[in-house]
Amino acid sequence: MMHALLSGDFPRSRILTATLVAIFFALALAPFLFPGTRPLDVAAKVCVFVLLVASYDLLLGYTGIVSFAHTMFFGIGGYGVAIAMSRLEAGWLSIALGAAAAVALSLVLSFLIGLFTLRVKAIFFAMITLAVASFFAILASQLSNITGGEDGITFKVPELLRPATRLLEEPFLGVAIGGRFVTYYLVFGASLLLFLALLRVVNSPFGRVLLAIRENDFRAEALGYRTVIYRTIANCLGAVVATFAGVLYALWLRYTGPNTTLDFAIMIDILLMVVIGGMGTMYGAVIGATIFVVAQNYLQDAMKAFSGAMKGIPLLPDLFHPDRWLLWLGVLFVLSVYYFPAGIVGQLRAGVTGRSAK
Amino acid sequence: MSRIDWIPPALMLAIVLGALAMIGNPSTWVTLTVAGLAMGLLIFIMSSGLTLVFGLMDVMNFAHGLFIAIGAYVAASTLKLFSAAAGSESFLANLGAVLPAMLAAVVVAGLLGLAFERVIIKPVYGQHLKQILITTGGMIVAEQLIHVFWGPDLLPLPRPSTLRGSFLIGDIAIEKYRLIAVIVGLAVFAAMLLLLNRTKIGLLIRAGVENKEMVEAMGYRIRRLFVGVFVAGSALAGLGGALWGMYQESVTVHIGANMMVLIFIVIIIGGLGSIGGCFAGAVLVGLVANYVGYLSPKIALGSNILLMVMILLWRPQGLYPAGKS
Repeated sequence: MMHALLSGDFPRSRILTATLVAIFFALALAPFLFPGTRPLDVAAKVCVFVLLVASYDLLLGYTGIVSFAHTMFFGIGGYGVAIAMSRLEAGWLSIALGAAAAVALSLVLSFLIGLFTLRVKAIFFAMITLAVASFFAILASQLSNITGGEDGITFKVPELLRPATRLLEEPFLGVAIGGRFVTYYLVFGASLLLFLALLRVVNSPFGRVLLAIRENDFRAEALGYRTVIYRTIANCLGAVVATFAGVLYALWLRYTGPNTTLDFAIMIDILLMVVIGGMGTMYGAVIGATIFVVAQNYLQDAMKAFSGAMKGIPLLPDLFHPDRWLLWLGVLFVLSVYYFPAGIVGQLRAGVTGRSAK
Repeated sequence: MSRIDWIPPALMLAIVLGALAMIGNPSTWVTLTVAGLAMGLLIFIMSSGLTLVFGLMDVMNFAHGLFIAIGAYVAASTLKLFSAAAGSESFLANLGAVLPAMLAAVVVAGLLGLAFERVIIKPVYGQHLKQILITTGGMIVAEQLIHVFWGPDLLPLPRPSTLRGSFLIGDIAIEKYRLIAVIVGLAVFAAMLLLLNRTKIGLLIRAGVENKEMVEAMGYRIRRLFVGVFVAGSALAGLGGALWGMYQESVTVHIGANMMVLIFIVIIIGGLGSIGGCFAGAVLVGLVANYVGYLSPKIALGSNILLMVMILLWRPQGLYPAGKS
């Protein structure tokens, strides 16, 4: 059964397996293990970003194309739901409508971008996606009568998902079973399902062709695969999954705005997560997103303490200022690209094969 | 490139004249045209290095905006040192403040470019994917370091008093600073054309863009040439950043990243690797942005993307494709 679930792509390292199992259980039991609002927020964000980063890994790690428009699709999903929910009745049908419209828009956009630019060089694609994404972000902040501008859209969710809703009168194992609880498991379940689907895709014959294109596109073309078509399909798939991630995130936050979806900083975050976790491994997305989101929420506290301890020494307190945490992750990112291109997952796997070879 | 392709300049002329017909008011039109030219030439200064670096060595530096930001920040700090001269009413004293600021921006950005090439870019020659990742990573780290040294807040970069205000010719108002930007931009373009077309080094650079292996086979070290071009390009980006910062009279750390989008559009429109194309693309983008911004502000933001899409539909390799086989 595990074989079918993971599509035969096992973690292939004991430490990695243990870590993944730990992360899985931590997320699956998050409402019980970590009571409180903030830890649950962190857990939901981890779920969404695992999905988002995994869909980006399909592009970067498996197909070998760098897109800077991934947050755009993420944002389309968020805005799709938010606009539908705020304009129509706040019910399940509106969620479905908004999500469907968002997916359709993402499909069309990613198809057009792919068709136009993927026949040329990888660099061309990266530059065009950067331009298109920044244009989209400006558009979202300017068309304020539709998107709410810089303020974004706060919207109501269906009855079942509202925080005030109580399903059971008594707390179950010390946890209130209510709207937030249901929403969390909706986010968790959908993310898990889509992640497994992505795992299925990369281990299918289609995924093998993508790897072949990444390794040597000229040769793949010579073997009879139309590389443009495969790359475009991968681009569309990644975009659609990112859109779903946007939908889930919007439902969790009950809000969509430029800062939570379209900001270029989020694109940078995704890049950091993929590369630090491990490109082309899918499991890297899980590791990368977990480390990053937890660091984002808790590393700053640690740095505050560290920075305070070094008062009086010139420059050092500034370098370890809590707002500078991205500096250190950036350094880690650059070092990863140079020395561990397969990221943490690749390192763990290499350790295993190195030992078994001896 | 002995024969010049006259279609893009003709297109530009058509846009300029078409804008006159649509705007109707000649004095507004002149103001907008000068503003467009100034913006275009500033973008040209910033993007010329990037396109040459790509043409010569197939390296795309996503951290190019860093040099723009550094140039602006260094200029702001230097101007602060010379605040007495910058605040005075005489043009010469102002010049005495602005010139050192520009010089400092150029030197610091150039030196940083040298270090950046050594540390960041050299290990990833020929690997596009890694180049994009590593230069983006370099950009993240550098932006954070700028925060560490200059603080996270907006930095004012006031223009010296004699560079403010505008000339009035009849009822046509032309901002002084824009005129200066146009003059500096044209001077840089002329100097670059002279260097590329009339000197041995320029000959080697042009040959390198067309066929790198052949230049190497002739016994020239293309790597040194490349480092030189990279440093010059970074220095120009620093100059452009300083000028642009003064144009906006303030600097934030995002100045570079914001310009990057425009710069990419410009070098794609122009044809990757070609200086003439870069110039044409920059002027076109500057003009169209200003005209559309006046005529229908609602679609102004999309005008650059639309322009790029239309030009790529017409000429998929850009206006002046670099002669690459």
